[in-house]
Amino acid sequence: MGAPASAAASPWRVVRAAVGVIIVMTASAFAGEIPRAERRSGYDLMGPQTRAMQDDDTANPAMLWVLEGEGLWNRKIGAAGSACADCHRDAGTTMKGVAARYPAFDTARGRPITLEQRINTCRVERQQVPALAYESPQLLSLTAFVARQSRGLPIDLPVDARTQPFLDAGRATFFRRQGQLDLSCSQCHDDHWGKELAGNVIPQAHPTGYPLYRLEWQSVGSLERRLRNCLVGIRAEPYEFGAPELVDLELYLMSRAAGMKMDAPAVRP
Amino acid sequence: MAGVLINVPERAKRGEIVEIKTLISHPMETGYRRDQSGARVERDIIRLFVCTYNGTEVFRAELHPAIAANPFIVFTTVATESGTLSFQWTGDNGFSVTESAPIAVD
Repeated sequence: MGAPASAAASPWRVVRAAVGVIIVMTASAFAGEIPRAERRSGYDLMGPQTRAMQDDDTANPAMLWVLEGEGLWNRKIGAAGSACADCHRDAGTTMKGVAARYPAFDTARGRPITLEQRINTCRVERQQVPALAYESPQLLSLTAFVARQSRGLPIDLPVDARTQPFLDAGRATFFRRQGQLDLSCSQCHDDHWGKELAGNVIPQAHPTGYPLYRLEWQSVGSLERRLRNCLVGIRAEPYEFGAPELVDLELYLMSRAAGMKMDAPAVRP
Repeated sequence: MAGVLINVPERAKRGEIVEIKTLISHPMETGYRRDQSGARVERDIIRLFVCTYNGTEVFRAELHPAIAANPFIVFTTVATESGTLSFQWTGDNGFSVTESAPIAVD
């Protein structure tokens, strides 16, 4: 009795296995990069109240940092008594689109550097004052002020032979499973965006609005702070601020969001 | 850093209800948190916000430790006459900030 039954079931097993293969193939076709038409910024995925807060310059708390940054831009400091404005003049024209093309390649260091690192390089080499600490109110304010000048402009990261290896390294980090939870960035942000994680919508991880005001932080923070939060979330040891791994990852994220409009300084939940 | 952002309509019709938005940078430290060594972080909050319209108080708010950093206060008043709206925030550790904005009433 048992033999004919198993013989009858065997063709079904074959069919089931074939279906399984098809499912796996479809899944792998979707895994990885998000098609251009399906890209959504964090702004697109957040609620109408938070959007309203970001859109109104007198309600967007990040504008307090921009205001402070504008003051710092014009303040003469150091032994040389020089201000950012002495060289760069009116930020509205000279800084337009700058944040949309960072991290940018720095020939002196032979690798890409972030906007924060560029500001600090300027401080140390030109203004001859000590570098500002990562996440210090002053550095965040200056970065927010510079990033504000790129609002509405598309992310336009120049990629050439010099930056390509760093971009590849960043991409590898994005797809590398790590931490005690053994998760890669891609598993959440490519494969499961739009779903919820502890009540929060998983975004696609497009860095269009940094530095931004996170309601959770009750403060403005950099992209590196956000990335370190994510690493802690997957129980991996976070890279230090300014670490090459973080800068490369930033580079990949910006290239992944190429063409999307900057909305810095943004507000996010 | 004590930045303030105020949004008051420049012009209004007499009798019109106008919306006023204020945003001030402040940490609003609750006084209930402890630092990494277990010591209590001292309370540092704004306790009172008052708005006066040509010297007359039109809005007052008492703030408490549960209010988030950088308080954003929105309220309405009736535009009665041209003049000045004054805003004052006072709080712990001698915190006091005063700002004003003009309004023209037709």
